[in-house]
Amino acid sequence: TTAQAEPLGLGREALPEEVAAWNTDIRPDGQGLPEGSGSVLQGEEVFADQCAVCHGDFAEGVDRWPVLAGGHGTLKSRNPVKTIGSYWPYLSTAYDYIERAMPFGNARSLSSDEIYGIVAYLLYMNDLVDDEFVLSKENFTEIHLPNEANFVADDRPDTPTMAQAEPCMTNCKESVEITARAQVIDVTPEDAGIPE
Amino acid sequence: MKKEPRDIRPADGQSDNGRRRFLKGGLAALGGVAATSVAARAATPAPEITEVQEWNQFLGDGVAARPYGMPSQFEKHVVRRDVEWLTASRESSVNFTPLHDLDGIITPNGLCFERHHGGIAEIPPEKHRLMINGLVDRELVFTMDDLKRFPRVNRIFFLECAANSGMEWRGAQLNGCQFTHGMVHCVQYTGVLLKTVLEECGVKTNAKWLMPEGADASGMNRSVPLEKALDDCMLAFSMNGEALRPEQGYPLRLVVPGWEGNMWVKWLRRIEVGDQPWHTREETSKYTDLLENGKSRRFTWVMDAKSVVTNPSPQAPLRFKGPNVLSGLAWSGRGAIKRVDVTLDGGKNWVTADIQGPVLPKSLTRFYVNFEWDGKPLLIQSRAIDDTGYVQPTKNELRAARGTNSIYHNNGIQTWHVRENGEVENVEVS
Repeated sequence: TTAQAEPLGLGREALPEEVAAWNTDIRPDGQGLPEGSGSVLQGEEVFADQCAVCHGDFAEGVDRWPVLAGGHGTLKSRNPVKTIGSYWPYLSTAYDYIERAMPFGNARSLSSDEIYGIVAYLLYMNDLVDDEFVLSKENFTEIHLPNEANFVADDRPDTPTMAQAEPCMTNCKESVEITARAQVIDVTPEDAGIPE
Repeated sequence: MKKEPRDIRPADGQSDNGRRRFLKGGLAALGGVAATSVAARAATPAPEITEVQEWNQFLGDGVAARPYGMPSQFEKHVVRRDVEWLTASRESSVNFTPLHDLDGIITPNGLCFERHHGGIAEIPPEKHRLMINGLVDRELVFTMDDLKRFPRVNRIFFLECAANSGMEWRGAQLNGCQFTHGMVHCVQYTGVLLKTVLEECGVKTNAKWLMPEGADASGMNRSVPLEKALDDCMLAFSMNGEALRPEQGYPLRLVVPGWEGNMWVKWLRRIEVGDQPWHTREETSKYTDLLENGKSRRFTWVMDAKSVVTNPSPQAPLRFKGPNVLSGLAWSGRGAIKRVDVTLDGGKNWVTADIQGPVLPKSLTRFYVNFEWDGKPLLIQSRAIDDTGYVQPTKNELRAARGTNSIYHNNGIQTWHVRENGEVENVEVS
């Protein structure tokens, strides 16, 4: 281990049961996956029961709730539809997130098999597996999502900086025109304290 | 136009030289000297002065009436506001700090914007635990009492949501700096350096990443590189001298100076130490920045240099001709603000603003420009420069680099259009 300052002796050792209770996170390499499995058909049933009221029977999203399937080929368009199938890089994220935060308002209520089933159903709704598919701890990391390769490192700063030039202070432009106005769109809350 | 030396205002926050000089605020010359004027005389005596007022005569509330004081009843409009159409539910949503009604650099606790993903967790402090597990010599559990026995630090930092100004990527949309720039606040945090607590656990040599996790119903989790954790991250239990507010993570939150607000995990219950990032939902589906070519940047942690004029602004119109004070905020996640320039003519000509108050790294910084308004339209902008030399870009420069679908990290220069009647509108200019 790295050389550290002398411990103060604060805190206490975590018991294995305590670590197991909270340590549920899943990594892309499968670290953290629990035992279990679920089929597309089992997942469809749980999804209809627990998820469809917001996300739609086919994961297409109800009203403003998130769309979980579809959107393939839209990322370069004016209105990208970013779903598990079209955008997410790793399947592990779906398991981890459903386990910790879904259903919205009743989190941490699903069993491992139910989550495997829901994730299998979402793969099916995204046309990534057939309807016979069964997802399990064993085959989980064999699944690769379509957009995995399209995430790149942060390469900012990506605009001109002072390293290149001192910013202009005087006579910087010939003319200035207004090109867009918020009041034309008029979506600001009416009680926002803005004078009429 | 030749710039006169008196337009150069020191950015050290120490000089008073700028206070008495006024910038002429027409589209005409910058840097003109205000004409000496004599204050007008009232036509009749003011009753506020000549008549005895009730507060002059009768007793006010005693000391027991306000055990936890609130702002004056005349400041009821100074509140956080939300925009209902932005999100599908109020529990996974955001509201906005009323920047146009505030001054200085410290945000009052009750006005700090909120961003929750599963509502506000209400946690009795005696039931809260922080667990550190994974690649450490000792997996430990701490109570709040334990954490308050570690050596303590006090630090002032801004916290800005990665999505601040995100609704403005396609053009001017919301009318008010509260809505365009109000997902930011700045307070003094008290707590323990994360490094101190990690040392107590003994971080193993193969550790490279940390995963903070919240105790709320969203179980917020992110991946944080170990270098950042050992540099300046804090486990904070106080803000502005009192315990964290519930909506800010009571009883414990992570402080990640200069980095996007999402990583400042609230209601912090666990930190796992590992050798790889986790690629959680909040760093894959969310908080990744889609570019025009269909690729997405991930791990865009730092909040770049940014500024906004808070007054005048759409919620704070110009009401007087003659002398006025332009006020604004600047900040950078890469360090301290070195200079702020302001233009009144849409970027044709700029002057350097007065910085008043402390200039701290990764903190809000307050600037002023005193100007003389002649009643003509203005196009006001501010441009921040930080101590790395980074100059706040225009929105068009950002769009040229990223397109318009990034959602996050919009630090482009804001333009306010002041009309002849003093009303102010959010606009974009060529």
